[in-house]
Amino acid sequence: MDDLWLQAVSILSATLRMATPLVFCAMAGMFSERSGTIDIGLEGKMLAAAFAAACVAVVTGSPWIALLGAVIVGILMALLHGVACITYRGNQVVSGVAINIMAAGLTVVLGNAWFGRGGQTPDLLPDARFMPLKIPGADGAYSIPIVGPLYANVIGGHNLLVYVAFIAVPVGWWVLYHTRFGLRLRAVGEDPKVVDTAGISVAWLRYRAVIIAGTLCGFAGTYLAIAQNAGFSPQMTAGRGFIALAAMVFGKWRPWPAMFACLLFGFLDAIAIRLQGVTFPGIGQVPVEAIQALPYILTVVLLAGFVGRAMAPHALGQPYVKER
Amino acid sequence: MSGAPQVALPRWVDIGLLPIINLIQALLVAGLVVLVIGVNPLDAMRIMAWGVVQDSVSISYTLYYATDFIFTGLAVAVAFHAGLFNIGGEGQAYIAGLGATLAILALDSYLPGILLIPIGLVAAVIFGAGWALVPAYLQAYRGSHIVITTIMFNFIAASLMVYVGSDILRPPGEMLPSSREFGPAAYLPHVHDVMAWLGFEMPSTPLNLSILWAAACCVFVWVFIWRTRWGYAIRAVGLSPKAAIYAGISPKRVVMMAMCLSGALAAGVALNQIMGYHHRMLLDFVAGAGFTGIAVALMGRNHPIGIVLSAILFGALYQGGAELSFEIPTVNRDMVVAMQGLVIMFSGALAYMNRPWIARLYLMLDRRAVLAEAT
Repeated sequence: MDDLWLQAVSILSATLRMATPLVFCAMAGMFSERSGTIDIGLEGKMLAAAFAAACVAVVTGSPWIALLGAVIVGILMALLHGVACITYRGNQVVSGVAINIMAAGLTVVLGNAWFGRGGQTPDLLPDARFMPLKIPGADGAYSIPIVGPLYANVIGGHNLLVYVAFIAVPVGWWVLYHTRFGLRLRAVGEDPKVVDTAGISVAWLRYRAVIIAGTLCGFAGTYLAIAQNAGFSPQMTAGRGFIALAAMVFGKWRPWPAMFACLLFGFLDAIAIRLQGVTFPGIGQVPVEAIQALPYILTVVLLAGFVGRAMAPHALGQPYVKER
Repeated sequence: MSGAPQVALPRWVDIGLLPIINLIQALLVAGLVVLVIGVNPLDAMRIMAWGVVQDSVSISYTLYYATDFIFTGLAVAVAFHAGLFNIGGEGQAYIAGLGATLAILALDSYLPGILLIPIGLVAAVIFGAGWALVPAYLQAYRGSHIVITTIMFNFIAASLMVYVGSDILRPPGEMLPSSREFGPAAYLPHVHDVMAWLGFEMPSTPLNLSILWAAACCVFVWVFIWRTRWGYAIRAVGLSPKAAIYAGISPKRVVMMAMCLSGALAAGVALNQIMGYHHRMLLDFVAGAGFTGIAVALMGRNHPIGIVLSAILFGALYQGGAELSFEIPTVNRDMVVAMQGLVIMFSGALAYMNRPWIARLYLMLDRRAVLAEAT
């Protein structure tokens, strides 16, 4: 019994760690898309940011400067998206695809040229990374049954960015629903003409939204490269940007449901390995690949309207042309 | 910018000059990156160009790569004509490979090549089209967005192929997920074999007869899109679904038809890679060709001739890039991937960035020409 509980605790703890980059990216996607700008480029921005974080951490040895570098790169990529989609009214999906492919290519090219390891960055020492934090009383807590391990491993034992991710959700919710900026942001995603008529700049609002998205992708990349791992490796985002996009759609473009979708997908990720070779009563063995594909399948099913209705922001994907 | 003249430019500007300007812009940025990593871009260009044209081997490799890009470029273009963005070419080609593999594994000890190869192709086409049909149905009848569903289907395809390759088809003793090797009857003939049979000596390369299928697909797409009522329906829906309804066209059925065709075209990659070269199913044989197709279609302006030209260009970039990374190891092969992204950015997303100033320039020159004629 106790053993089972410890296992459950370890799965919960892994769920939080797996969900962290998804939460950052889902919030990023939410801000961008609630303002009316489709963000297929989460994956690319996160990858570029992860590369930047690892490079800066290698050179400076400081995780904080690395975070700053990653955020700057994330914002630059987001601004490129903004210039293409907001200023030049280009196709937002095409721009996102371009960002993903550019990031996939450039990170390997630059990494290979600078470090000569086929795109990998050198391994980082703990000082240059965000390491798990010690919360008070964690060591003693183990002796307390049930609650002890929960306290030490699920509430505690994570690195700083995990906490930042889960704080970003209420903050994002507050900004979106309880500030003037948030109200305008949602309005511009539903009907930009109304916002424009009120004398507020549609373009500047949307730019701010994509900058927020870039910043959050910067955090996600930093987490992957210098918190969860000890360096950058090619294509290390491995589709997480798309899972986050799926989570955001699954959460119907709202912060709390999106976070729960991220936790669900993180949970699936955490149990996929543990379920290898396990036989379920009545079902038999479930292949790991099926569990890995579940986030995508669930999103398709949801989008098809079989489970409730996912309503996208009304003006999503439409560039705004001011009337002349 | 808001006051930019949206004038109609002559066709040669839109389909000739603009893509070339986009390409130059992408090359300039790529050159800048090459400069940043300490390599002379002009040297790099020279090595790449020579790496493509040096002999018949390098040219054959270029065409072999280009074959894939023609298939995926056409696939993206047909969907574009219907106003759909099919990001799922990668997954459709991947699943098509499964179809070809299953058909061939079942039949390769019974049938001769003359029957086996068409059956493999048909199986690939059915699987590829089928994999595109689900997102198409969901878009047409359930209102889910095709971009998101095709992305999801790429990942679902990848998981499915890992499962099939490792748990079902993997022969005993094989470490990596794959199928057993096909019987020789299922091999699509290589071009050098055919040439040898005709009496010409050619070095051995992966270039195979799937390039003929690619050529047939180009002709078919041109006839279908511009010379049949179905193609007319596709273009009508792509321009304005509402107007198409008034013309008695059902946009839902057009979405299904266009995506079906798109998946069927992407299936050509399976013909080239699985039946023409690897002769077995293996993981990641599509290798990003589905995404290259987006760049190819955008640069080729969704027209078969343009697609052939830009597919050859990207084939040359792949071949030249491989040569370049061999000569100068600092420049990784993935430079080509970055280059694709840049082309998609400049000729797709930033398409409206160039048009205004080119239009202004054109009008200026045009007016001068008119004035010169008048005096």
